[in-house]
Amino acid sequence: MEIKLLYYLIPSLIMFCCGVYGFLTRKNMIAILISLELMLNSIDINFVVFNRYLYPDGHEGMFFSLFAIAIAAAETALAIAIIINLYRATKNIDVRDTNKLKG
Amino acid sequence: MDYSQFLAMKQEIALLGVFLLVFLYDLFMPKNSQRGLSGFTIAMFAIFTVSCFCPVFISGQEVAFGGMYVTNPVMLTIKNILNVGVLIVLIQASRWANSEMQIIRRGEFYSLMLVTLFGMYLMISARHFLLFVIGLECASLPLAAMVAFEKNHYESHEAAIKYILTAVFSSAIFMLGLSFVYGLAGSLYFDSVYFALTGADATDPMLIVALAFVMAGVGFKLSLVPFHLWTADVYQGAPTSVTSYLSVISKGSAAFAFMVILTQVFGCVYSQVWEWMLYALIILTITVGNLFALRQHNMKRFLAFSSISQAGYIMLGIIGCNAMGMASLMFYILVYIFSNLAAFGVIQAIENQTGKVDMTDYRGLYKSNPHLSVVMMLAMFSLAGIPPFAGFFSKFFIFTGALSGTESTALYVLVLIALINTIISLFYYLLVVKAMFLSSEEPVIAPFRSACSERVGMWITVAGILALGLVSCFYNQILILCQTWGLPSLA
Repeated sequence: MEIKLLYYLIPSLIMFCCGVYGFLTRKNMIAILISLELMLNSIDINFVVFNRYLYPDGHEGMFFSLFAIAIAAAETALAIAIIINLYRATKNIDVRDTNKLKG
Repeated sequence: MDYSQFLAMKQEIALLGVFLLVFLYDLFMPKNSQRGLSGFTIAMFAIFTVSCFCPVFISGQEVAFGGMYVTNPVMLTIKNILNVGVLIVLIQASRWANSEMQIIRRGEFYSLMLVTLFGMYLMISARHFLLFVIGLECASLPLAAMVAFEKNHYESHEAAIKYILTAVFSSAIFMLGLSFVYGLAGSLYFDSVYFALTGADATDPMLIVALAFVMAGVGFKLSLVPFHLWTADVYQGAPTSVTSYLSVISKGSAAFAFMVILTQVFGCVYSQVWEWMLYALIILTITVGNLFALRQHNMKRFLAFSSISQAGYIMLGIIGCNAMGMASLMFYILVYIFSNLAAFGVIQAIENQTGKVDMTDYRGLYKSNPHLSVVMMLAMFSLAGIPPFAGFFSKFFIFTGALSGTESTALYVLVLIALINTIISLFYYLLVVKAMFLSSEEPVIAPFRSACSERVGMWITVAGILALGLVSCFYNQILILCQTWGLPSLA
């Protein structure tokens, strides 16, 4: 059986939406970070699939997803560092308690 | 590979040189000469800024890396404008950076700031979405580390968390939009996408979704309403030097890059698709920013909402989609840099001395510190757009730019709404002036003499506000450059 373009795109979109849902509902910052990672990875799938099925002559989509993986790693590392800093200051990484700035 | 093409990016390489010098000075100089780090950074960056104005850098359009990177006199000018802003921020920040808590980490502060500036250069010059994304991340990730800089303040951590999570979320949305653009056009080069979209059906849902996601992603960086919710918290929690950097430099570069993307890549679907999206965004941004600014008491939060509404005015330069709009956008950024940095200079001086950032603390400031209050008054007048100062002309040009060469009634309505909002904004900017000058109560803040670096920073910004308002050659120069070197699709 041949696997069509759509069979890749729909799961990747579902994955993205799960990421958005998790980002909006999760209370633990690490879980939020995992949701963000889910969103970024689904974009990589999109790029690779478009490249493979629609434009197989070039490699632009592949290269973009390689760079996107590297960028996602950098983002996660920085976010973890900031979360650890917050944990050291307050012993708590729940977003519900991180609400002193408002007005 | 032809290595001579690196010569096209003279400015970037010079900036990297400054960065390396500062970095090595911080790492390897002996302890007794570490005192000079701030002065060294400012001096090196000042030399770099001045030398960028030399004609050596201007030699027409230059292209590198197979068209991924483009520079021309217009790009050079916007980079020079950002350089001037960064120089002022560096001067203003030096007292804070040399304070007891920060002195061991200030080398990192300077290095991170120069790296973010490098990322903004790439954003401005990129003609391929991959390079653009790398520049965007290079500009926004170190900024999160800078927001988290005051380790002993809880607010700084909270602001950094909010900033990094929204930044990653927005770049994820932006890249999802890019993946759809790639699916549509088969390339990520700006001009290839432009050609692929030229004959495209403008009602194609995929195109509309892609464009909406791209605009949402960049809208987060520019803090356009409805993507503005992080702005006030981050501005309030971050160290004031970082806030001033975020509010002018980061915003200015993102605005220019946004214009490049909208006109270069999506220029052919201007009137069918993005003109109306941008129209709604501008009305929302200006109005909501203004209305929320009315009820703020913390000066940094107040300027955060004021900067949201100013971003809406900057967007007016894009919606006209012509060379004059482009010139007035650049002029607006320049004026905005001077006016906002003047306000932040005063806030910083007072915060460093007394730790007070509330608007009620500014009551009667004129009696105790007349010079500071005059600088603040000039900044507020310029931000509000009162005639002899620079802010009036930047608003005037941006309205003219939005309307030049158009017959559309809708755009006239838009400018009318923006004008009404200018009057609303006058109210809250004058609240600060009233608190400083007309309050009969005893001043909260005792008289003090601000540090030398702070005074220099304020003199530069005041000179800028007055000169840009009274001398017309700056705008003319920018307009001529934009008409000769402006983006091809703007012709």
